[in-house]
Amino acid sequence: MGSFDLLMQGFENAFTPTNLLYACIGVLLGTAVGVLPGIGPAMTLALLLPITYSVEPASALIMFAGIYYGGMYGGSTTSILLNTPGESSSVVTAIEGNKMAKAGRAAQALATAAIGSFVAGTIGTLLLVLFAPKLATEVVKLGAPSYFALLLLALFAVTAVLGTSRLRGFTALFIGLAIGLVGTSTGQPRLTFGSPLLADGIDIVVVAVAIFAIGEALWVASHLRRRPLDIIPVGQPWMSRDDWGRSWKPWLRGTAFGFPFGALPAGGAELPTFLSYITERKLAKNPEEFGHGAIEGVAGPEAANNASAAGTLVPLLAMGLPTTATAAVILLAFQSYGIETGPGLFDSQPLLVWTLLASLFIGNTLLLVLNLPLAPVWAKLLQIPRPYLYAGILFFASLGAYSVNFQWFDLLILLVIGLLGLAMRRFGLPVLPLIIGVILGPRLEAQLTEALAISSGKVSTLWSEPVAVIVYVIIAGALLFIMGNGVRTLLRNNNQKKKVLA
Amino acid sequence: MSVVVAYSADVYGKAALAYGATEASRRDEKLIVVNDTKGDAYVDKRLAADAEIEALRAELSRLDVETEIHQDVVRDVAEAVLQVSAESSASLIVVGVRPRSPVGKLLLGSVAQRIILDATCPVLAVKPDGSGV
Repeated sequence: MGSFDLLMQGFENAFTPTNLLYACIGVLLGTAVGVLPGIGPAMTLALLLPITYSVEPASALIMFAGIYYGGMYGGSTTSILLNTPGESSSVVTAIEGNKMAKAGRAAQALATAAIGSFVAGTIGTLLLVLFAPKLATEVVKLGAPSYFALLLLALFAVTAVLGTSRLRGFTALFIGLAIGLVGTSTGQPRLTFGSPLLADGIDIVVVAVAIFAIGEALWVASHLRRRPLDIIPVGQPWMSRDDWGRSWKPWLRGTAFGFPFGALPAGGAELPTFLSYITERKLAKNPEEFGHGAIEGVAGPEAANNASAAGTLVPLLAMGLPTTATAAVILLAFQSYGIETGPGLFDSQPLLVWTLLASLFIGNTLLLVLNLPLAPVWAKLLQIPRPYLYAGILFFASLGAYSVNFQWFDLLILLVIGLLGLAMRRFGLPVLPLIIGVILGPRLEAQLTEALAISSGKVSTLWSEPVAVIVYVIIAGALLFIMGNGVRTLLRNNNQKKKVLA
Repeated sequence: MSVVVAYSADVYGKAALAYGATEASRRDEKLIVVNDTKGDAYVDKRLAADAEIEALRAELSRLDVETEIHQDVVRDVAEAVLQVSAESSASLIVVGVRPRSPVGKLLLGSVAQRIILDATCPVLAVKPDGSGV
């Protein structure tokens, strides 16, 4: 059966009233959490993981995908109206978007963001449908050594490429890997401190909820009172013919940046949105308008972040590799259904995957329909006092963690790792490497064990496959580049010091 | 001695300020406008925007009495108004009162009510013109 038939079957399944309802809930919830700064799709999905115990896999994943896409939409509203990005992916949008709003063009900024997100999301999802199954059929042929190398690359890329400090990134990664080691999965008790409660390992759901929800809630609570920001009132978003003419090219270029970056293991939306912004500034007919509210500077990055959200799903569905925090939690949802993620997913769960893909198209359309008329309503969410919000989050976090195994011990772990999350935010450690480390660490080990078992202990098997060798060369190249950069800055600093001393 | 106005950026606050300004001129006392916020939400509609404060300053400077505008992030707005009143030994506090639904009364406290009950000086409760509350 061709991909098209499968996709049509997916649509059929996604259009059932129940699934449509979950898609609606997903996009509404996603937009709401996208609008609120500090509460992101990753935290929301982590809090909602317990519903995987009672809801059908397809329905839950449709809702989760809706939240993921919705979060990207919602973030732009806050960026434009409040000059505070609702999500890290809409940081760049705030630069021009808020200037536009201050110049009385908030309606146009919101419109180009919403329509651009729709265009990019749809194109991105089409590309996802085209590429992910093909990639999966290739990856499924790879042996354990290649897969081990790919996992290693994902861990390395997420840690080294994103963020400003490699040291902080790797610290977070190794904390994550250490948490992933706890338990007796190998037959040997590791890091269990002799406690039978730790013998089964630390549930990843508890870790995700603790890091995303508890850590963030404590962080917000620790500096709760701030002067509220001036919000710019807005009516119904709309665009003139001129705005359309200036927007459509940036949308397409933004999509072209966003999708590949999302699909790379070093994905995330920060880099492509920034690149899109720079490109639009270079290509603009009247560059002097940039910095004073150029519509191109909103259209491009907003398209880029939605396209990258679609791109992120390529490695997630085709290889089981999460590259963003939200993708990591979606992967957890698959796992909690006992669904084997990885290259085999398209073969073992065709209906589920294609329903999910079809629902992305539906969700994207729903988001456009909802967001254009509802923008003023979303802006009202920002008036909710934070104590109410975070009390709710703490409640659902505790409930979620307790419902994993119904034992008090999980609540203790929740609190301890939540405090760790607070400390990481305080000291600027990124949380993404940690959560990716917890999820991929055990799989990395499983692949290594498998590879070594097949080769009866010969380590040389790790570089016996061409794909593995290529991946190691890429890692080594990136490592050399980073080290070269580090040495150069070190030398420069030394020279400057010498000059100062002389 | 002074007249303290509990100001919010809406019709209720404006009504209170109009009365307060007139009253301060009549008594020839200092006019203090308090527009504080709890600062626990990302957006507080009752906190006047910077542009509005500027306009307010310009308008108040035409009065023949000394004026002062407070905009602080405080734990409790009613308490902050009362504290300013006590410090400036206010002769009058002016508050705007707004209609509240039964559910609203159940869930939320009222700044105006607490000021009226706890103040040690006379309090003038003002309603916007023609709102019929």
